[in-house]
Amino acid sequence: MILPRLLRRDRDDYPCQQFVEVVTDYLEGVMSPTDRARFERHLARCDGCDRYLAQIRRTIELTGTLTVADLDELGFEARDRLMGAFREFHAAP
Amino acid sequence: MSCVADVAADYADDRVLVEALRRGDEAAFGWLLERHHASLTRLARTYVATAAAADEVVQETWMAVITGIDRFEQRSSVKTWLHRIVANRARTKGVREHRSVPFGSLADEIEPDQPAVDATRFRASGRRAGAWSSPPTPWDEEPEARLLATETRSVIEAAIAALPPNQQRVITLRDLEGWDATDVCNALDLSETNQRVLLHRARAKVRGALEDHFEDERS
Repeated sequence: MILPRLLRRDRDDYPCQQFVEVVTDYLEGVMSPTDRARFERHLARCDGCDRYLAQIRRTIELTGTLTVADLDELGFEARDRLMGAFREFHAAP
Repeated sequence: MSCVADVAADYADDRVLVEALRRGDEAAFGWLLERHHASLTRLARTYVATAAAADEVVQETWMAVITGIDRFEQRSSVKTWLHRIVANRARTKGVREHRSVPFGSLADEIEPDQPAVDATRFRASGRRAGAWSSPPTPWDEEPEARLLATETRSVIEAAIAALPPNQQRVITLRDLEGWDATDVCNALDLSETNQRVLLHRARAKVRGALEDHFEDERS
């Protein structure tokens, strides 16, 4: 398997359909150097995949602008109760 | 430690925080509540059926922290420890509620392979089989304001809410809260590979939702 792939080294035979499935491996830095080189070779030649990767990066960025919903905030009452429990625990002999 | 005002900032340092909690420093506990309560509640909700059940899990967790901080061995960060307690307790409760099967955490992993992008977007045959037939159109032309619009955010929120629970947890901790992969694996008891697969699927779906949204706006 390895040899024929090496022989065709500069041919871009990476199907886009396969590219989109390894984007996370690429971003997480878990690709072998060979796979990474092959991935980047395709990326340099394919506008669609270049755009796809850019959109995944944008998605990550945009998701990072969200905040945990306000409704999950601790109510005053619950906070008082927990602070009370903490105080009591440490006041106990 | 000479200046009281400096102390609060130091709680971000786990050693300082744990020491303060053991001493009964109320400001430290208050800081911890502020910092993690919302995230813990959000996590709990992905395991149990009702908001009340999730609140209960988180309350129990805080009580466990109050009484158990002395036994905390600091092999992980406080943040990971807290989320791990919530995940474990909520999982048990979820099973009891029949929300999930005993192997609930595996349910997402064994769901059939879902492609990151629908197969119809690629050429099915010919010399260039697997190449884009309908490639993504650029978002770069989208004005920055629109990308950051409230509407865009609700699209992402909705897309995340629609994900299977395991994917929801992973993308929330990784991309929304900015955790690293190792902490997420520890908190949720996932292998590195599974964490990555779940993240991959989750991001692909959120991207797809954004793509649909921007396309609707254009037409």
